Formats: sequence, C-alpha cells, structure tokens
Amino acid sequence: MSRYTAKQLPPTNLPELRQIGKPLRRVDAMGKAVGSTVYAGDFSLPLMLHAKVFRSTQSSALIKRLDVSNARAMAGVVCVLTAADVPNAKLVSDMPGQTGQKQRTGSDVPVLASDRVRFYGEPIALIAAETLDIAERAMRMIDIEYEPLPGVYDPLEAMKPGAPILHPPDNVVARWKIRKGDLEKGFAEANHVVENTFRMRYQEHAYLEPEAGVAWIDERGVITIRVSTQVIEHFRSIARAVGVPQNRIRIQGTMVGGGFGGKEDVTVEIYLALLAKHTNRPVRLVYTREESIFGHSKRHPYVIRHRTGVKTNGRITAAEIEVVSDSGAYPYLSPYVLLYTLVMSTGPYRVDNLHVDAATIATNNPYTSAFRGFGGPQACFAYEQQMDAIAERLGMDPLEVRKVNYVRTGDTTATGQPIESAAWLEETATRSMEALGGKTPERGPIKVGQGFSSYFQSYGRIMWLHDTSQAWVGVELDGTVTVRAGVPELGAGQANSLCQIAAEVLGVPLDRVSIYCTDSAITPLSGTSTATRQLYMSGNATLMAATNVRKVLLEHASKTLAAEIENLDMAEGRAFVKSDPSRFIDLPDLAKGCAAEGSHLASLAMFKAPFKDPIDPETGQGPVFPDFTFGSYAVEVAVDTETGQITVLKAAACHDIGRAINRAAVEGQIAGGGMQGLGYALMEDLIVKDGVIQTPSLSEYLIPTCKDFPTTTVIILESGTGVGPFGAKGIGEPSLTPAAPAVASAVADAIGIRIHELPLTPERVLAAIDGAKK
Amino acid sequence: MKPEVITMNINGRAHHIALEPNVTLLTTLRDLGYTDVKCGCEKGDCGACAILLRLPGADSAEAVNSCLVLTWQADGADITTVAGLGTAEQPHPLHSAFADTGAIQCGYCSPGLIIAAKALLDRNPHPTEQEIREAIEGNLCRCTGYGHIIDAIRTAADKMSSGKGGAR
Repeated sequence: MSRYTAKQLPPTNLPELRQIGKPLRRVDAMGKAVGSTVYAGDFSLPLMLHAKVFRSTQSSALIKRLDVSNARAMAGVVCVLTAADVPNAKLVSDMPGQTGQKQRTGSDVPVLASDRVRFYGEPIALIAAETLDIAERAMRMIDIEYEPLPGVYDPLEAMKPGAPILHPPDNVVARWKIRKGDLEKGFAEANHVVENTFRMRYQEHAYLEPEAGVAWIDERGVITIRVSTQVIEHFRSIARAVGVPQNRIRIQGTMVGGGFGGKEDVTVEIYLALLAKHTNRPVRLVYTREESIFGHSKRHPYVIRHRTGVKTNGRITAAEIEVVSDSGAYPYLSPYVLLYTLVMSTGPYRVDNLHVDAATIATNNPYTSAFRGFGGPQACFAYEQQMDAIAERLGMDPLEVRKVNYVRTGDTTATGQPIESAAWLEETATRSMEALGGKTPERGPIKVGQGFSSYFQSYGRIMWLHDTSQAWVGVELDGTVTVRAGVPELGAGQANSLCQIAAEVLGVPLDRVSIYCTDSAITPLSGTSTATRQLYMSGNATLMAATNVRKVLLEHASKTLAAEIENLDMAEGRAFVKSDPSRFIDLPDLAKGCAAEGSHLASLAMFKAPFKDPIDPETGQGPVFPDFTFGSYAVEVAVDTETGQITVLKAAACHDIGRAINRAAVEGQIAGGGMQGLGYALMEDLIVKDGVIQTPSLSEYLIPTCKDFPTTTVIILESGTGVGPFGAKGIGEPSLTPAAPAVASAVADAIGIRIHELPLTPERVLAAIDGAKK
Repeated sequence: MKPEVITMNINGRAHHIALEPNVTLLTTLRDLGYTDVKCGCEKGDCGACAILLRLPGADSAEAVNSCLVLTWQADGADITTVAGLGTAEQPHPLHSAFADTGAIQCGYCSPGLIIAAKALLDRNPHPTEQEIREAIEGNLCRCTGYGHIIDAIRTAADKMSSGKGGAR
C-alpha cells in the first residue's frame, strides 16, 4: 500500500542507522493483540464502587430545585455529591500541563453545576454505589426542577446585541487578529477579487474506548487515578479542584483506546477523585457510548470568509479573512484552537498584505475543544477551496496557481514567522496526484473527478507555553535497556518511538528495550500527547538521555578494547571496533564493567522547545510554533448526480515527515488520519438541535467502516529537516488536515460545482446540483 | 425472574454462574475477568466485543457481538475470546500478523477484529480482499484506516495455509 521514498538525509551523530525508520513490531503491539493489555475500564479493585454522572437534560436553564435525598437513601448507594457538597470544585479551563501561570480569567468550569446549566449533558451530581445497576437506578431517583432560560445556538446570533449571555460580560471567548502589510494597496494591485464563505460542522472523536478510570486512596493518602488520558499533567488542576496538594494526586495513565484530542481535557478524573475522597473506597467510572458523546468536546464548527485579491498571473496580492468558531458552553481550549486557525489561515501561501479577524463565541451548544488538527482542518478546507476558486476565476490549473504562491523555506507564515525547514509542497502535490493515475471512466449519471489539496500544519506546542519533556534511559547489567517517560501512549506509537530511538543509540534489538510510561508520580514528566509533540519533544529527550549513556559505555569500551571512541560503534548488543569488528565487548560485560567502576549507567534528560514571547496582540506578528509539516492529499471521486452519493475511488497522501522512526507507524498515522479526514468530509454528521445532540450513537453518527473508503496510498518523503530526533517532523495531526478539501476539489472537478459546506452529504450535493440548474 | 445457574466453557475453562435473565454476555464475560473482550457501544455498532460462540449442538463457532447476546442464551456454550486463541509466548498467527504489520494502534478494536478474522479464516482459508472487507465490516477501527488490518489478515491466511504458523 505504500511507496517509501528515502531522500538523502543529513548525517546524524551516529555512524549508521540500523533501526530508525524500520517497520519494527511495536513494543505495545503483542499485549494488545492477545488481549493482555489492561485498559482503564478493565481494572478493578477489592470493594470497588461504581459511579455514574447525573447530567442536565436542558441546554439553558436555572436549577430551581435539586433533591438527592431519595437517591441517597437507596440501599447500596454509598455517596451522592452535588455542587453543594463540593462548592470549590472548579476546573481551570486552560492549556493543560502547564505550570499554572497562564490562566485566563473567567474560564473556570464548575465541576458540578449549582444554580444554572449551560449545555445539555452538563454534570450536576455524582453517584457511587455498590453495583452499577444500583447507581443507574439511583440516577432515576434524583429529583430536579428546571426553569428554562433563553438559549443561543448559533455563534453569529450570539455575537448580536441582546443575545443571551453565557458568561458575562459577553459571548466573545477570545479574539485574535493579524494586521500585516498594506491591505488597501494589495487589493489595489489585484486584477481580480475572489470572495467565498465556508462552513464546517462538528466532528465527534468516536474513539473506540469510551472514557474510563478507577481511583483509590493509597496507603500514603495519595489519591491515585488510573485513567485513559492524553495528559497526566492534569494532576495539578485535579488537585486544585479536589482541594489537595499537587503531590497528593497521582495519575497512572493507561494505554489509551484512542484519543484524537478528546481525552486532552480532563474527563472522569475529578469525579473519581471526589468520590474516592468522600467514600474512602476505590471507585470506577466508565462512560457508556452515549455518555461519551454527550460528555466530551467536539471539533469546532467554523464559518470562514475569504476575500482574496489576485493578479492575472495568479499571485495573491492581498487577503482578508474572517473566522468565527462555536466554542460551546465553556471555553476549554477554544482560544488556542482559534490561534492555530489564525496561524494557518492563509495556508502555505505567501500573503504579504493580510488582515485576519478571528473570534470564538460561547453558545449553549456542546462544548468544543481539541480534535486532531486543532483548527487546522477547518482553515485548510477554506483556504484550499479558495485557491481552487481563484484558479477557476483565472482559468488556471489548480497546481499552477498554487505554485505561484506556495511558501518556500525562508518565507514567512501569516504571523511573520520564518519557515526554516523544507517546504515540499509542489513535490507532494505532484506525487499524490500521480499516485491516483488516470481518471476512471464515467458511466451515465456517474461523474468522476480528481482533486488535491496542500497544507501546512504545526508540530510542537505554542512556543510561549515554554514546553519541556523529560526522559530517563538506563542500561541494566544484563544488557537490556529501560526507558522511563511520562508519555501517554494513544496508539500512534508514542512510547514505541522512544524505545526505538534508545535501541538505535545503544545498539540493542528493540525487543531488549522496556518502557515504563505515563505515571505522574514515578516516570519523569514528558508532557502531553497532543499537538503532534511527543516524537519531537520526548524523542529528543530520549535521544539526549540515550546519547549520554552511550558516551559512558563507549568511554569504558575504549579502555577495554584499546581503541579511540571515534573508532567504536554499538550494534546487536555489543560495542565493537569499526575498523575491526572482531574486536568487541558484549553489552552485559560492558555494563558490569561500568558498574564495577561506579560509572552512572542511566541518564535523565530534559529537552526544551524554543521559548518565545506571545505574538503582538495588535498585529498578530511573531513566531508561534517550533516548525511545520508540509504535504498534500489527492482523491478521485465518483458522484452520482441522481442521488448525490459520493464514492471515493482512490486516495493518496504524500507528506514530508522529516524522517520516519517506525515506518509502519508512520503509514498508520497517514492512512488513519486520512480516513478520519474522509469521514469528516463525507459522512460524519453530528446533528445538534437547540443544543441537543440528535445522533448520540455509532449507528446514528457514522464513522468510516472498511467498506466506505479505499485504502489510502501512502507516500512518505524524508527531507530530514525537522526539529525532531534525526530530523523528524510530526505527522499525527497533519495526516487528517488536507483530506476534506481534496474531496471537495474532486467533487467540483466531477460536477463543476464547488460546495462550500461540510460534510458533503448526498442531500447537500443534490441541493447544490439543483441550485446550479436554477 | 430469579437467577438461574448458567454453564459455559470459556477459553477451555468451565464456569457455573447464577445470573438474572437481563445480563448480557459482554457484561458476564468482563465481570468474570475476561477483559480482553472490549466494550465500545453495547449496541452492536462497533464489534469490539466480538467473541466466538458455539452453542450446544452447533457444528462450528460463530463470531458474535457479545453485547447482543443474553448470557441465558449462551447456556451450555463454548466461548473463545481473543485471549483464548493464544498468548504472547505462543501467539496465534493472527496475533503475530496483527502485531507485525502495524494493524494495531490503540488496540481497542483489535480483539474483536482478530475474532472476526478467525471466524472468516475458519470458513474460508483463502479469502479475497473483498471477502476480508465484508467479514470485518462490522468492526469499527478509528486509528488505522483498515489497510494494515487487511494486510495482517492476508498475512495470517498465507501463514496458516502454508502450515508454518502453528494454527490451532
């Protein structure tokens, strides 16, 4: 399924790479295959209680009366908590995993609603009972009376004077803007002005594993929470919400059964901690699928308007972009998602004269937060459709108009940040389109089209968050290697990559490396598995730590083998003389020799991303991200013009990922992210009416099965210019970003009509065809 | 209704358990400690809880979503979960193929997929890609895009039919 293209990569400080890039069996794979991996909801403890969350059935209302006495009185019910029992329980809604100095004001989320509910599904009470059945029955014994309040369900309505206000003083949760160059001059130079508005709706993460966790109080009084999470550093905000010191909350992260951003915010942790604290017993809370869909964030709906001035030769002279997103009832990460959209609003194109105005707005809809791509996919859907619209207006080929405007290394982004790594846009676009091959013949009402899109997407966190990651690497006396890192493993191979890096540097087979990960108390904190940052951050930290250990080993080997360190290498569990490999020392002997001398065979290293100041709030100018990934995605579709049904016939993705650490894992990210992008484009339709999700199951909210779309052809390019280990970039989020606009582009190629709204359902396609006839 | 004692053979172990009629086989298996059977939706939409079920008198086992079976209906049945196919030390060829081809990312859908694949290969040792897709259509995976999973099932089929995989 893949074509693997290795370019000339820059030299590393290792003489030869033997394991980096290989599709080795991941360290977590076999346990998952045979079912021995114990996920968060699989774990139980003696005398464990079972929890449920009682939630609002109103989108906007006052709570006039809440009576839990009947529920409390039920046999088998051990604890019922309401806001009155935990009056100070607030979740600081901000970028997770930070040191705490970056909070916004007014954004705290009450853990339990007290007098007012702002969205359907907002938690109101917690129940712990001897059995799940009793807890479920106790839910029905809670008496609640609401007084409905006017709600607002459209962000554009919510911006108008007189709209119901969710959090005073107004519904504007955050704004960002860019003022760059001379907009008037830019438009004056334009021969054409192209203006379009694009609309994108919700996307649900739909990870196979619903939110789950177990909490207990250990023998030291530490509230320990074994939970499926992308962020173990939440222990800090959990401690604050529960009212205990930070060193009294321990997060033991489990293998995550899919995250995609949906387990980036706190999920069940605080409920579990409060119930464990109040009952002094172990408590388990596992969401049902329906509760998962009502209970966690969604990808933001957006409205993006582009007004672009272009010259006849296709060169963009000016752009004015307006962005509005629906933040839902609480901010969570909406301001930051919006910032990503701002940075990527122009796409990978040079725009010297630019105004961007972006706002994220509170409504009584389900709250929105992180989802793979983090505001990038919405930006991409808009800017790529706009580029195609420009090409149409000018009568130019879509690739030609892009070639005139593509950024190159050394050019700057919309916020004025220079791009320092390779920006292989034309190459990825050409290769992805080539991979589609010739167009499939059309049959009667079935029209066939091909299209592509290009994108750029950051990897690594916003630089003014001052991101760091730590990793520990040690060699045992039998020559095996241990890695310790707080990294949450979401399934992308975050933990395996660290093992593969350590294996490479220390010259041992991957199956001789073991990792302990994701424990806030006993593994060094590696930061969040979000923002496509783990390989970049923790990969570099692991590379540093392993390199330190390698140095100790080689110094000892140099003495033992009487050879210069420069003439030594490590592979297959031994250190050897490069010029005469028959002279070697096995790693166990080397390790024992080092131990006998008292040499330190372990290293704890911290990698720091570049630290920068925030962008200028008036101009939006300044560096934001450590680096960017570039690529393209191409699809061929068949459109049934009688039914509106779109069938994807072929899909191909080409990304420059810098360097592959595990090729199979990279292919999996690209193919899997692409599939989520195709779902976003064509079928994933979360219907929300007056704030209430109408599709709270996987038979109503449809995600792709293996029969919905073909397997993506994956083309991996390696420029070696990334800031990750061995020149790697990031691919977790970028893999999804370009899929939806490529589909829209292919549809336009097939039927000659450009649809500006996602998802491209048969109804929307038919309406567009009918509209074009009129 | 009163609890009744249900007898089941799970991965070669005999169980006798008293249960009320409204308990699903998924809940029973997980409560007994067979947590390799995953719970994804409890509605038959996702396939994560698939197991092999051979009812008394039946010739062969079928892959079923255990959330759609009441435990009372499985009285006297033979049940195989993904852990019953092999271990990390002695894996089934499907286990090895899934682990080696990148078919496993988060792993939450893997037990159900491996069971669906086992049922397919039992009745059709040489499936085409289309037949593989039809066999696993009821198993949702949100991570992989399915390509590596289809590769893995093909790889396992080849190994098992060439007799090198130690198929059981």
